[in-house]
Amino acid sequence: MILTEFKPVEEILEKLGAEKKIFILGCGGCPEGAETGGKKVLNEMKDTLEQKGLEITGLIEIDFLCQKSLIRSRIKPRKEEINAADSILVFSCGLGVQASAEVMDKVCHPALNTITFGGITGMWQGKERCDTCGNCILDLTGGICPYTACPKTLENGACAGQSNDKCETDPERDCGWVLIYNNLKRIGKLELLDKFIPPRDYRKELPTAKLRNSKLWAYDEEVAE
Amino acid sequence: MGLRRGGSRVNNTQQAYLSKLQRKLDEGKFAITCEIGPPKGADQEEIKESASYLKDLADGINVTDLQSSVMRMGSLTTCTLLKQWGYEPVLQMTTRDRNRLMIQSDLLSAYVMGIRNVLALTGDYTNIGDHPQTKPVYDLDSVQLLWTIKTLEEGKDLVGNDLTCSPQFFKGAVVNPGADSEAAYELQIIKMKKKIIMGAQFFQTQAIFDAETFKRFMERMEKEKINVPILAGIILLKSKGMANYMNKFVPGVFVPNNLIERMDKTDDKVATCIEIASELINEVKPYCSGIHIQALGWEKHIPSIVANIR
Repeated sequence: MILTEFKPVEEILEKLGAEKKIFILGCGGCPEGAETGGKKVLNEMKDTLEQKGLEITGLIEIDFLCQKSLIRSRIKPRKEEINAADSILVFSCGLGVQASAEVMDKVCHPALNTITFGGITGMWQGKERCDTCGNCILDLTGGICPYTACPKTLENGACAGQSNDKCETDPERDCGWVLIYNNLKRIGKLELLDKFIPPRDYRKELPTAKLRNSKLWAYDEEVAE
Repeated sequence: MGLRRGGSRVNNTQQAYLSKLQRKLDEGKFAITCEIGPPKGADQEEIKESASYLKDLADGINVTDLQSSVMRMGSLTTCTLLKQWGYEPVLQMTTRDRNRLMIQSDLLSAYVMGIRNVLALTGDYTNIGDHPQTKPVYDLDSVQLLWTIKTLEEGKDLVGNDLTCSPQFFKGAVVNPGADSEAAYELQIIKMKKKIIMGAQFFQTQAIFDAETFKRFMERMEKEKINVPILAGIILLKSKGMANYMNKFVPGVFVPNNLIERMDKTDDKVATCIEIASELINEVKPYCSGIHIQALGWEKHIPSIVANIR
């Protein structure tokens, strides 16, 4: 099971900024087990955000958000609610946010941080990769992870090493920042690239002992009690 | 000792050494910087020799920071030597080999050693160098490096602790006017603007061989109202083979066919190299604040090139 945790509500509100109309997209897979998803949790989150003055245009739970064709078919009847929203708030691991961002025409904000994959890389493995860094900034990078898509893990834009939009490390590999540019251009949000992203906090890659000793972390006999 | 924002002091004795390169550019004079690569070995003679050709003609000597990810003597030490010998060093600093602790520490060290110019870079990826097995660091990117320098200048470290004494640098960054796709080009402009917001005071460009490409880039600068000094990057073309190699392997560099043919047909490679570089410099000179020459070992020919500048 992929383990995720909530970003603080204040951080989510800061990310949303002036966007007040939000569509909630939840993954019915792993987050339900990690208690960061599931109908009850999503409805609670909806209430919390409404109390903070946001308008929730709609809410949908899909199992699983790592499956792009499933997302495409399930959101079809919800087009109106999605069109009415300024952006999408996604409750899933980094893979689900990346897959959603490819399908959606709006910015997909991660509501969760991904802590560990527990041995799997999504139920429906796609090309998306998540670094389980606990600092998710996928909303600022068009749903393409600069930590896994760029070998230099650059956060504030491309280096000058690409040639024909391929990476300097491998002529067969797409430049992650060109992918970021193209997707942000597609959804009309290139201005997001002007935002300065401070260095990431590597402490978040070190889960607490409490978490490591919980059933969420491992099903080892000694911690399963 | 005077007091600064954040309660840290500025050492007035050290402050007496201001960046000469900055002064030159501030005065609107055409600046010439050159680049030298430290030796692969514990020997300073090579540096001394390369630098000696640049005496009285370079407004700044850039020292590369393990260029192309090849292990060699350090940029900080080489810059310190140059400073002691009376030159104006420009410390190239990449984020490839140092984490944020070491980057801040090296910047403080550089200031104490009298180094006043820093060029902030990300650095080539490790797999192209001579130690491809190594672990790349990239704790910061080049924009975050500029932000780090700015923070130190304001008397704080990256977590907000006060510094006893804050450094002050003339901060440079790089940009590639020859990016080969719409996305790559726009990404260069977007990042350049971010670098300026984070304190970049001058730019060096990736090597140019086509004056038209550079002119188009400078027109864009005018449109974007970007008016920081820009030094046009000039690499000395030593042979046909080198041109072909760069066209194939060096991203963002394009050597036109007519130049390759000239290098191929010439009987005197040095003379033709000097001729090509001089022509290029004179063509771009009206559009830029200065030039940055990468001689790649041919430093001794730089005086002849500079003598041709009109």
